[in-house]
Amino acid sequence: MSLLTIEGVWKNYHGHSVLRGIDLSVEAHEVVCLIGASGSGKSTLLRCVNLLETVDDGVIRLDGADITDVRTDADEVRKSVGIVFQAFNLFPHMTVLDNITLAPRRVHGVGRARAEEEARDLLDRFGLADKAGAYPDRLSGGQQQRVAVIRALATRPRLMLLDEVTSALDPALVAEVLEIIRELKAGGMTMILTTHEMGFCREIADTVCFLDDGVLLERGTPEQIFTDPREPRTREFLRTVLDARRL
Amino acid sequence: MSERTWVKSERQVQRERVRRNRAVRSGTVATVSTIAFLGVLAAVVTGSPGWPRVRETFFDAEAFARAWPDVLAGFWTNVQIFLIAEPIILVLGLFVALARNLRAPAFFPLRALAVAYTDVFRGVPTILVILLVGFGIPALGLQGAPTDEITLGVVALTLSYGAYVAEVFRAGIDSVHPSQRAAARSLGLSHGQTMRHVVLPQAWRRVVPPLLNDFVSLQKDTALVSTIGVVEALRQAQIYAASTFNYTPTLVAALLFIALTIPMARLTDHLAARSQRRRGA
Repeated sequence: MSLLTIEGVWKNYHGHSVLRGIDLSVEAHEVVCLIGASGSGKSTLLRCVNLLETVDDGVIRLDGADITDVRTDADEVRKSVGIVFQAFNLFPHMTVLDNITLAPRRVHGVGRARAEEEARDLLDRFGLADKAGAYPDRLSGGQQQRVAVIRALATRPRLMLLDEVTSALDPALVAEVLEIIRELKAGGMTMILTTHEMGFCREIADTVCFLDDGVLLERGTPEQIFTDPREPRTREFLRTVLDARRL
Repeated sequence: MSERTWVKSERQVQRERVRRNRAVRSGTVATVSTIAFLGVLAAVVTGSPGWPRVRETFFDAEAFARAWPDVLAGFWTNVQIFLIAEPIILVLGLFVALARNLRAPAFFPLRALAVAYTDVFRGVPTILVILLVGFGIPALGLQGAPTDEITLGVVALTLSYGAYVAEVFRAGIDSVHPSQRAAARSLGLSHGQTMRHVVLPQAWRRVVPPLLNDFVSLQKDTALVSTIGVVEALRQAQIYAASTFNYTPTLVAALLFIALTIPMARLTDHLAARSQRRRGA
């Protein structure tokens, strides 16, 4: 059974359909990369999986359980699904350590000492050991985003959603965030990520999905999508992106 | 890195000299213009036809000295009133602001009550609230209802200012970016936990300056409780004025209020400037 299945999901904003009948399944330990132009619905799909948005139709199942059921406790679902945002969204009034230990302590009932020990281990693993006591505004964008990833990891999610996590970073800092994602994949984490980094997408994804105007137009291995896309729209999108890169 | 020592260039020395001269000139201009302005103002006031009369009734040194102890004693009542009222107002305001943010249907009556409360008490002039509470509650003759004027004054001011402070808190809560809430909820925190650990601590920093501003206003408005018979600074000054036809005691009361509100206003400015700097950082 797939870890996550999305069946016929629709989402409307002000009479405009952002997602138009999305079907997608994600196996455990699979890394799925969503590509597509801005406004194609990639971020909205991630927000629906995390229940930050309610779907207007269709079903999303996590481990076979329907999480779009109106009786579902969203807080319970979010305990096993972590999300990292484009704009980091760290809590500015808390130190790095407090940012990371907040959810383990308040949501999962882990004691302070153990939560902090685990947080320090994670910080250590991702090269941020000396930043535990710092406030987010003292960190570079790349460091902030790494802390955001660690914060999501600290709740031991079964599925991680990464929403354009490198888009707000200057090029010199992108690499350090991508490195952390490679490590997650090596550790067997199931992930869905949206990105504009096509090279990285090709390297890390098991499956690439191309979204166009709210429709999942094409799905395949990175090899197939990047070298031999079936859909003309996919081909056009990839050409535009690669042309922009060359400039 | 190679070793380098800085020797100021001739150009830089020249530049600094010009800057210094300019600073001295600015200081001189500011001083001269201030003195000239005050001089003209004094000349206009003291040259007015009614000045001798005004000086006698408002600036009488002897009346000032005579009224000082009693007005000061009365002012202590004002201080007590706002010292008691302020913490209660903070708690009430926060409670009302949080009640307005509750979304669960079971809390609808609470939310409706909070909306009605702010609408009513922000709409009614403070002096009317004081009169209604001050004369209305004792008239009910309820057992255990306060009849002491100071307590009634505190109740009335709390009701009136609680509504303003609730709105300040609500604005502060709304000013925290929705992405902060999304981040907290996505980590599994409940609505209440999100409020307590993420939203309120950030809102609190932003509302301190406007809160202090409301408190400056409250400190002045403690004089309004004189209307229900509390003998505080204003009433004490009026008693003197009525018996001697000299209004200098009112000036005493005014100076006492200023002595309290100006430091408060400076503190507000200071905190506002500090939060401005922090946001810029």
